[in-house]
Amino acid sequence: MIDIQLKDVPLSTEECNQLVAFAGAGGTVVFVGTVRDQTKGKKVVRLEFEAYKPMAISEMRKIAEVAKEKWSADKIAIHHRVGVLDIGEIAVIIAVATPHRKAAFEACEYAIDTLKETVPIWKKEIFEDGEVWVAAHP
Amino acid sequence: MNAFGKYLIIANYYFYEMDIEILAFGIAKDIVNGSSFTMQLPAESTVGSLKAQLCATYPDFERLASFAIAVNEAYRQDDYTISDKDEVVIIPPVSGG
Repeated sequence: MIDIQLKDVPLSTEECNQLVAFAGAGGTVVFVGTVRDQTKGKKVVRLEFEAYKPMAISEMRKIAEVAKEKWSADKIAIHHRVGVLDIGEIAVIIAVATPHRKAAFEACEYAIDTLKETVPIWKKEIFEDGEVWVAAHP
Repeated sequence: MNAFGKYLIIANYYFYEMDIEILAFGIAKDIVNGSSFTMQLPAESTVGSLKAQLCATYPDFERLASFAIAVNEAYRQDDYTISDKDEVVIIPPVSGG
């Protein structure tokens, strides 16, 4: 069960939790990435996410396939939000259920770390006095 | 075909230029001032030569931490050859999650 979604409506941790549930599960790790209210002490008003959709989905699927291959984590949901997000809203959820907890922790950490490196999604931070595309410049 | 005809065909092949539709996301959109634009490239251009031409046309690309090119929905190395029917996308540093 690999479930990959890119959505412009609020994400649900409960939905992801249920998607990966199976009778053989001994542990479920759910990572929830939320919009923080500041960056380096500067107040963030909101975030805007945009994606190159077909490739974002195929790159997220690749991550899930690797998790399945490497940790036998074949129950994985990766949901990412696009559009305008307010402080506290959920930007990403990664849920992994496995027979033993260690594989779920490792696969989940691999998935979020790799997502941040390879998936073509961009985040713009909107401050009170300007805006910046995150990570664009060295 | 005589020798002259063959020469013409070869010449045509080497000097043919193709119009490539390029999509831009994130900061790349700000740099090129739009979400898509057309660039004329010599036939058999590679991802590497496209990147060089982008930097020459829009010097702001050189100020980015990095940028990649996707062709037909996958990252491609500099030696990958671009064809005129390809979907070419500029991928500035990603920041999802």
